[in-house]
Amino acid sequence: KDRVFNTPLCEQGIVGFGIGIAVTGATAIAEIQFADYIFPAFDQIVNEAAKYRYRSGDLFNCGSLTIRSPWGCVGHGALYHSQSPEAFFAHCPGIKVVVPRSPFQAKGLLLSCIEDKNPCIFFEPKILYRAAVILCLFSSFFQVHVIREVATMAQEKLGVSCEVIDLRTIIPWDVDTVCKTVTCQAPLSMGFSRREYWKCFLQAFSSHVRHCFLSNSQCSKLWLNRGR
Amino acid sequence: MKGQPRSRRGEGRISERWSVKMAMAAAAVKFWGSSRGLGRAGLPLLRLLGARGLARSHPHRWQRQQHFSSLDDKPQFPGASAEFIDKLEFIQPNVISGIPIYRVMDRQGQIINPSEDPHLPQEKVLKFYKSMTLLNTMDRILYESQRQGRISFYMTNYGEEGTHVGSAAALDNTDLVFGQYREAGVLIYRDYPLELFMAQCYGNVSDLGKGRQMPVHYGCRERHFVTISSPLATQIPQAVGAAYAAKRANANRVVICYFGEGAASEGDAHAGFNFAATLECPIIFFCRNNGYAISTPTSEQYRGDGIAARGPGYGILSIRVDGNDVFAVYNATKEARRRAVAENQPFLIEAMTYRIGHHSTSDDSSAYRSVDEVNYWDKQDHPISRLRHYLQSRGWWDDEQEKAWRKQSRKKVMEAFEQAERKLKPNPNLIFSDVYQEMPAQLRKQQESLARHLQTYGEHYPLDHFEK
Repeated sequence: KDRVFNTPLCEQGIVGFGIGIAVTGATAIAEIQFADYIFPAFDQIVNEAAKYRYRSGDLFNCGSLTIRSPWGCVGHGALYHSQSPEAFFAHCPGIKVVVPRSPFQAKGLLLSCIEDKNPCIFFEPKILYRAAVILCLFSSFFQVHVIREVATMAQEKLGVSCEVIDLRTIIPWDVDTVCKTVTCQAPLSMGFSRREYWKCFLQAFSSHVRHCFLSNSQCSKLWLNRGR
Repeated sequence: MKGQPRSRRGEGRISERWSVKMAMAAAAVKFWGSSRGLGRAGLPLLRLLGARGLARSHPHRWQRQQHFSSLDDKPQFPGASAEFIDKLEFIQPNVISGIPIYRVMDRQGQIINPSEDPHLPQEKVLKFYKSMTLLNTMDRILYESQRQGRISFYMTNYGEEGTHVGSAAALDNTDLVFGQYREAGVLIYRDYPLELFMAQCYGNVSDLGKGRQMPVHYGCRERHFVTISSPLATQIPQAVGAAYAAKRANANRVVICYFGEGAASEGDAHAGFNFAATLECPIIFFCRNNGYAISTPTSEQYRGDGIAARGPGYGILSIRVDGNDVFAVYNATKEARRRAVAENQPFLIEAMTYRIGHHSTSDDSSAYRSVDEVNYWDKQDHPISRLRHYLQSRGWWDDEQEKAWRKQSRKKVMEAFEQAERKLKPNPNLIFSDVYQEMPAQLRKQQESLARHLQTYGEHYPLDHFEK
């Protein structure tokens, strides 16, 4: 609880506090709940964090500070849960401003920001916080028809292209084909009902697996697992 | 939405980790018979349980875990630990007779209450005196040098030397200092060389800050003095963060944060106080209340009882001291340091003093205050003269030593001053480095562009004054 904790509700305090931690050399990751609320911290970011190394002649710096904040519109956020304020910071030398395009990019970029020796602002597009979208569906028997329909719907409604794999054989099932797709970082949905296969698979590719339970006599019911 | 409850995960973890101690405490509740948590008996009991964090446990944390008894007519609100009252009464802020001012010496340098005399050895007290007077001498010379156009800007510390030296002397040398801009005495006490003061004011090659900032924006990593920045009060939440990191590192270090009574009006000050108390940081907030923020007197800065009265509002132990009494400042800071580190909590010291000089070389204070007022403080209540009386009454100082020291200190300052004048300014390439840890391509291009420009048009620039 001393490493990840709540603070009083004060953005200028949150960022100032984060700067102070970073000045001692420790890593600080400060969260501003919505980018719309980053403005009280503007002074600390622009006048302090960005200039710390330069003004002290490199005696002091707050490079181990990362500020992360949900960013951008989702549709219902209106004036104060939708803003994209990166342009305000774009004119400020001394900081880095990062906006990832996808969850996969987000992971790598956030880690980069944390490791970077300069203060970074990491804006997280809220739109990416949505439920995981199926990219790889595999199945067998009549479910293949259902899944092909789902793939078409996903393309039309969500703009996501899915790869559909018809296993044909349940045992032995074509691990290589499925693995090849999964190692291309496509999150996958499993379409057959033998739990043992599902469990082994889960162990190997747990971060990518979304759950999809089908019974032999029912239509598919898609269960989306929220990504971490 | 702002204000939405954040994840409750942290609280779940508290109750898991503390479950054994809580069971013991719950047993204690039954024993002591209190229905609203452990009450006053609780704290000593919790200390017995040996958990420092637990012993410092805010009453609110404990309350969230308790049972709600419907038979009780006591308040159950999570937000405050208080009794009901059925009389409508506004609490009166006490500004007529405010928080009393702690002092050890009277205005003539005599110890008032011998039990408060810190009984410091002669050597140490002489160091106090020499630090304060050296600062005073340096201030005079550098103020003059600005008037003569040798440096661009300066801020003196007249009248506040006691606040710097008294507090600096009470700290460990490794305690981190975050200052405002009127704390040069802290650096003097930590033996920051005159050469480096001058280097920063002149912005010459010897400046550790590489000549980038206005004068008096000193910094020194070796002496744990974070570089000064111009925006007011921004250092306050930063100091709190640094203290939090020191606590986590079990460094046994305190952080001290200086600011004026004007800066205390900034939002950052409020943020810093609240964070320090809530997150239990080992920090000393040292407010130099010198009566003016440039031309704004305290009567136009706040309506409450100064800054010390704000501390309890945040849950911070606070004291008001006579800032012109170096022993009072010393005693208060020493005790605050001891407890801040031992108990991981913040302390607020409001040192009452007077800004004898102008705000800076850009100010003429005769425009907003009388010469008589300034003279009173200079003649009747000055930290340097009060300490001198103390030294003289002990036989540790006399007029001859005074004369000799004045001559010697002036000579030291003048030597450093003349040397600083002769030095070159830093290489223009240093305009572009340290913006980021690594120099990005576009800055390198700008650096090269400037180099080319100087090659062609160099005769129009005073390049002889700059390092090649």
